[in-house]
Amino acid sequence: MTTTVLPARPAAAAAAPTGERRLLATAHLDAAARHAVLGPLPQVDLDALVALLGDAGLTGRGGGGFPTVRKLAAVAEARGRSAVVVNAMEGEPLSTKDATLLALVPDLVLDGLEVLAHALGARHRVVAAAEDLPAASIEAARAAIGRRTPASRRTPLGGRSLRLEVMPGGFVAGQESALVRALSGGPAVPGDPLVRVTERGHRGHPTLVVNAETAAHVALLVRFGAAWFRSVGLREDPGTFLATVSGSRPSLVARPGVAEHARGARLHDVLEGAGTDLTRVRAVLVGGFHGAWVPVDALEVRLTREDLAPFGGAVGAGIVHALDLDDCPVAYAADVAEFLARASARQCGPCVNGLPALARTLRTLADPGAPRAVVADVDRLRRLVDGRGACAHPDGTARFVLSTMRVFADHVDAHLEGRCDAR
Amino acid sequence: MRADTSADPAVPATQRLHVDWTRCDGHGSCVELLPELLEADEWGYPIVRPGLTGSAREDVPVPAGLEEHARAAVAACPLMALRLRGAPAAAGPERTAAQV
Repeated sequence: MTTTVLPARPAAAAAAPTGERRLLATAHLDAAARHAVLGPLPQVDLDALVALLGDAGLTGRGGGGFPTVRKLAAVAEARGRSAVVVNAMEGEPLSTKDATLLALVPDLVLDGLEVLAHALGARHRVVAAAEDLPAASIEAARAAIGRRTPASRRTPLGGRSLRLEVMPGGFVAGQESALVRALSGGPAVPGDPLVRVTERGHRGHPTLVVNAETAAHVALLVRFGAAWFRSVGLREDPGTFLATVSGSRPSLVARPGVAEHARGARLHDVLEGAGTDLTRVRAVLVGGFHGAWVPVDALEVRLTREDLAPFGGAVGAGIVHALDLDDCPVAYAADVAEFLARASARQCGPCVNGLPALARTLRTLADPGAPRAVVADVDRLRRLVDGRGACAHPDGTARFVLSTMRVFADHVDAHLEGRCDAR
Repeated sequence: MRADTSADPAVPATQRLHVDWTRCDGHGSCVELLPELLEADEWGYPIVRPGLTGSAREDVPVPAGLEEHARAAVAACPLMALRLRGAPAAAGPERTAAQV
């Protein structure tokens, strides 16, 4: 065990990334060159890491936005040897940031995993990647793990204590409890939330599950310190994040994909940065299929909890999806609701029954001329599923549907009168 | 928004009824034994009676006078899907939005 209290001063050659490009600042370099630029990975003990994460104010970038230090502390306080799992399951179909991190900067993800695992004295270190990630991402992660595993201990999956698990993906498979259950050989379905993975997770060990992006932030934070981390972003929400920008039609966004921005960036700027044709945007879905719509007259909002709260949204995993004026928002919402219904883990009655019913009402409403009573059905079913499952899948679905009905209220009215301005 | 609920507001709830949705199959015995708090939804799964709570997200507060009935409901569930908990409903990191 090291007794280093603070991260060692970076070596003379090492340079902290400046500006908003941090995680991706070394994306063009190979592993050796990246190591030369960033310097060696300091080893910090638990107390130092807790102080560092607390001072930095790092929050989970997988969607929950929970302070990473609190998760770390919960695992540290739990009884028994722990496990650390990096979640690169990319359950959100509109996100490509896990794939991007593994493909371009796998060493940052592994460094973060190593720092967290070292501080906890973890027995298991796992990178869990969805099998439907691009092959280049899986291969880059495998190669990076291979490079840091002594030849004598190397297995096809990596090392004994550090390994890559390539697993069936899916929208719900990346949920923490579903993930640790699948890793332990069980079904990839969420467990009852009273059993916390921080207490009893992977193979029964207290388990810290962090998103791949969160781990990559830890890798830089431990090298360059909390003050550096806070030098970009907001005081109450510091650092950077990876946004994945896309459009409902290929022509809408010129440069779709992952871009790094300061926390608190304006939605307008994130869209513009990706080359979005703002004259053709009807509304923007923020936070993915469990997220909320921001209408086109509100694109000046910052991507913060505070600014998005009036819309019922959150930054989540950084998904920004622009809906084209030519696309009917109700038909789009019906597509999403059908996807979410199919994505149910099929465990909890209200979700199994309610999500398909909710999707059917939206599909009915997507037809101009739909009967007015359908609106009440949408509302009733949304309330009926909300909060009634082991995981937040029904809640997130209800949130998306509520946002759709609110932001596109005029469009819904037009449908009831037999009109639709899309297409 | 989320009204703290009890059948009798003068008697604060000290226990909460937790449904393990991964186990519940809508058998319905809890609805029969605790009709003051629960009813069956359109698929037969237990739901808090309208007006008692603003959200189904949290475990159901059990008024002191109904603890006996609640214990009976817990004991009667054939799937062992019900639990009485002393502390307020937990919302830990696992239960955050968007991580599903």
